[in-house]
Amino acid sequence: MAAAAFYDLEGTLVSTNLVHTLGFYAKNQQGLFRTIKKSATTLLSIPIFAATDQYSRKVFNDLFFKRYRGESEDRLRFFAEELFEDVLKPAVFPGAFELIEKSRSLGLRQVIVTGALDLSVVPLMKYLGIDDYVTNRLEFVNGVATGRLLPPVVAAATKASWIRTFAEREGLSLSDSYAYTDSMSDLPMLSVVGHPAAVNPDMRLKQTALHHDWPILNLK
Amino acid sequence: MSLQLRRKTHESVIYIDRDSAPRVMPSGEDFILEDLPIGTRVIYPKPPIKGLPNREAAIRYALNHPHDSDPLFAQLYPGMKVTIAVDDISLPLPPMATPDIRQTVLEIVCEMLAGHGVDDVHIIIANCLHRKMTEWEMKRMAGSKIFDEFYPDRYYNHDAEWPEGLVTLGETKHKEPLRMNRRCAESDLVIYVNINLVPMDGGHKSVAVGLCDYESLRAHHEPQTIRDSDSYMDPARSELNHKIVRLGKLVDEKMNVFHIETAINNRMYTGALDFLHKNEDDFTSFDRLKFEGIRRTMSKLPRAARRKMLHAMPSQYEMIACHAGRTEPVHDKIVEKAFDQYAIPIKGQCDILITGIPDISPYNVYSILNPLLVQVMALGYHFNFYRGKPLLKKGGVLILHHPCYDEFDHNFHPSYIEFFNRLLPETRDAFVLRDKYEREFANNPSYVEMYRRGNAYHGAHPFFMWYWGENGRQHVGKVIAAGAENAHVPAMLGWERADNLTEAIAMARSYMGRSAEITMLHQPMIGIADME
Repeated sequence: MAAAAFYDLEGTLVSTNLVHTLGFYAKNQQGLFRTIKKSATTLLSIPIFAATDQYSRKVFNDLFFKRYRGESEDRLRFFAEELFEDVLKPAVFPGAFELIEKSRSLGLRQVIVTGALDLSVVPLMKYLGIDDYVTNRLEFVNGVATGRLLPPVVAAATKASWIRTFAEREGLSLSDSYAYTDSMSDLPMLSVVGHPAAVNPDMRLKQTALHHDWPILNLK
Repeated sequence: MSLQLRRKTHESVIYIDRDSAPRVMPSGEDFILEDLPIGTRVIYPKPPIKGLPNREAAIRYALNHPHDSDPLFAQLYPGMKVTIAVDDISLPLPPMATPDIRQTVLEIVCEMLAGHGVDDVHIIIANCLHRKMTEWEMKRMAGSKIFDEFYPDRYYNHDAEWPEGLVTLGETKHKEPLRMNRRCAESDLVIYVNINLVPMDGGHKSVAVGLCDYESLRAHHEPQTIRDSDSYMDPARSELNHKIVRLGKLVDEKMNVFHIETAINNRMYTGALDFLHKNEDDFTSFDRLKFEGIRRTMSKLPRAARRKMLHAMPSQYEMIACHAGRTEPVHDKIVEKAFDQYAIPIKGQCDILITGIPDISPYNVYSILNPLLVQVMALGYHFNFYRGKPLLKKGGVLILHHPCYDEFDHNFHPSYIEFFNRLLPETRDAFVLRDKYEREFANNPSYVEMYRRGNAYHGAHPFFMWYWGENGRQHVGKVIAAGAENAHVPAMLGWERADNLTEAIAMARSYMGRSAEITMLHQPMIGIADME
């Protein structure tokens, strides 16, 4: 039976996280004043983002994506390529290519399950040769972001349920599948596959991986 | 009776008498004192052969007076591409006191290469599917001078999973493939620097195994080859060796290899631990004091600290021979010298073989001797330390002494954990394991990455450890793990357990009979029972 390798993206395959993307857009605002204002508020919000992420990924998402409110869709799409070239491409971990290549050579479907935004990661998916991915999507009204995400919000348990649905739809064996993530918040995603692995893990995930005897990879 | 027991057949063979002292046995990170039944034969390592007085001179002499080859200096010319390959951290055991023999050889060879205008020089550690050595270990092995000059671009570990770094050399007439480190295969000259610890090491194994990939290795690292090796410490009767020689001939056809092999004596420890090599009947008061001191200190420490302490004690081996030139004649000379040091003439097999398992193995340097490694030390290495026929009779009982704790090193042995917990409960049949699971583990992307970018043993390595015990497993009637602190580890390995050695001997006697002959290997020892 066919199987897949499911990857989280940020922190797992690339060293950047959602805040880097937000920061990039913040410094590419229309006009100097808006750029300074947006960059400053993003910087000042970092401790709040960090704290809420520790508390709950859902609360973090609600708070974090509000920062996109008022951004035009055209502008976000326009800068996506530049974001990839300047921020994401250099941030790909050296080991990420090897890991994906090895998995692909085994005939595993390569699937990225990320909480990042669709328009910011499309060029990266092409670069990594990934055809299957699921991301978060911003809600736009009249071409302007509302600061909310379209459901389903890809985070924590929803990643696991998306993987289950995807596997069922595509006829994949989850017990023969692999999952890679760096964060404790993705524990549900690791729990649904037969071959979970912690990649560049945070302290909590590292302890969990040690406890469960999961492989711990360092792609840096 | 007494007189007969005291009659010495060899300086390394002692019989336990009524007034014999209890024997010291290693059991993991501990040392225990055990009274053995009267009549038990205890085999000690031979006294160490005196080391060569001038190591540097001996190496230089070997380079200038090689076997079946031009001297090294005569093979060098400016602009040539040279690769020096060296044995990894699995040799010798424990890691030797600095300067390591490899450091001395490397310094001499690199100086010679520089003197002949050879600048394109790489140093590659022939670790094959072993874990890659850490930066600190590499520096310790090669010394600061070599390390600073070559690391990291020109001094690195072999990577058996790097497709671009490998090249197919061909296959033997028996269809055994050989894929080799590209840098070595494309060099004008490969210089291999070896340390021979046991007769299985060195020779064609150095290049043909140390620098190959998984597919090449699985042609001979498989259960039937091990079953057909009687033993794999006896090159003449080792099927494993025969296969490797075939591959080595292929290497000789395609590559220019200049082999530098060294033999060392068996002076594993001096100073605080030198009593481990002594007959307990000859212990001085100072020896007893040292033993009790160490035992008492160890008993106060947690296991991890005990392990750390033992691993911090380097071995004190001395070089007893160095030969250079073409692989086969060089290796013959070194094996001859190794047998001079290790071979102990033994008359008669035993019914019960006792061996303590020390925290020393090629695969747990600075790490944990996990259950699979306990298995490989008992049924692999200790069982195979014979020439002619096994020390233990067919169907006899092997008693090993080790706590058999269920501990694994997550960085070094990640695939061992899955092998032990997922596969062994399903089957212990080496052939089934190989057919059903070996490739899955070998290709597991997580294990591949951990091998390549971390310091993990290759995903397939636990299988090789299991196969390594295959001829022992087929030969023995029963294995008893004395001192095992849990029941499930021995059970998973297919063994019985006993609380202590006395109980284990009683169990073994109930199986083999009251008159069963007992032999104990006095560990730590590197010795070959040369069976008459």
